[in-house]
Amino acid sequence: MAFINYASREVNCKIVYYGPGLCGKTTNLQYIYDKTNPNTKGKLISLATETDRTLFFDFLPLDLGMVRSLRVRFHLYTVPGQVFYDASRKLILKGVDGVVFVADSQEARFDANLESIDNLEKNLSEQGFDLMKIPYILQLNKRDLPTAMPVDELIDELRIKSEPYFEAIAPQGVGVFETLKACAKQVLTELKKNG
Amino acid sequence: MDLIMFDEEYRKIQAVIDQLHGDARGKIVYLVDKAGQHIAGSGDVDSIDATSLASLTAGNVAATDGLAKLIGEKEFSILFHEGKKDHIHISIVANRLILVIIFDDRSSLGLVRLRVKKTSGELEGIFKEILEKASRSQKSEEIESAFSEITDEDIDNLFG
Repeated sequence: MAFINYASREVNCKIVYYGPGLCGKTTNLQYIYDKTNPNTKGKLISLATETDRTLFFDFLPLDLGMVRSLRVRFHLYTVPGQVFYDASRKLILKGVDGVVFVADSQEARFDANLESIDNLEKNLSEQGFDLMKIPYILQLNKRDLPTAMPVDELIDELRIKSEPYFEAIAPQGVGVFETLKACAKQVLTELKKNG
Repeated sequence: MDLIMFDEEYRKIQAVIDQLHGDARGKIVYLVDKAGQHIAGSGDVDSIDATSLASLTAGNVAATDGLAKLIGEKEFSILFHEGKKDHIHISIVANRLILVIIFDDRSSLGLVRLRVKKTSGELEGIFKEILEKASRSQKSEEIESAFSEITDEDIDNLFG
């Protein structure tokens, strides 16, 4: 549900980073924040516990500049990944335009990934969205860990609609901007289609 | 459904919240939507990061909505945060918009509530017009062509 302001010729879109606890959603946003020109970003807001676990959401506004005569702004959000914060996760999906699913490549977290995708589908549908229709990107994070499963196996199980996927090592920035760019592109393409 | 704001309605909204800013003797008035998008502001708006304010307000309202449903209420239509110097009054308008007034001791909660009530009615009317226009797909040709002209290359270029 983008906000299109014809008066100021602005388009504002919302992308939500979803995934199981400790998969690297906040790290994605932190990297984007660290590497973006200060003029094009707002504050990174983290509503986190004392131990830096996301409690409600992280939020980063990003100004991508002009496309033709329109100013394009993206609001990036993460959800809290821990299972018991489900009520909060639902709220963040309100008005979402695109979703990045950050999967944890480690074998031990495989079931948590599946559970989180199911949870995403359910929560999106409660907000009136269909996962099969909404702009959606899969990120396979933590590719540098020795316990990471082979990409093929992850894709077989986690890819749900031939969405683009990216291998990532979020703290080093590998795959981070590629993921965001792919999602932003899908969101804008969708807007263009509906526009 | 995308929220689409046209010049005409934007000017009307701006006039209404400018009026509220004066009538309620508020420091700043903001209108944001429930998804966290900042729509309009009046008063000393440069003193606060409006984007962050919009996002946090929407989060606050969403969490409060969740609480309301837990105890069987439809919604809590007003939230009030009292500070030492400044206070924030938050109210829901037309189920989808959030009206935020930041005020200090030059005003009072009673005055703010009174003025907000009047303004809410006016904003509801304008918002109805916005929805009707959007449902009639009366998009301006200028913007429509701006959208259709966007190429894959343009989108790629956004990321440098």
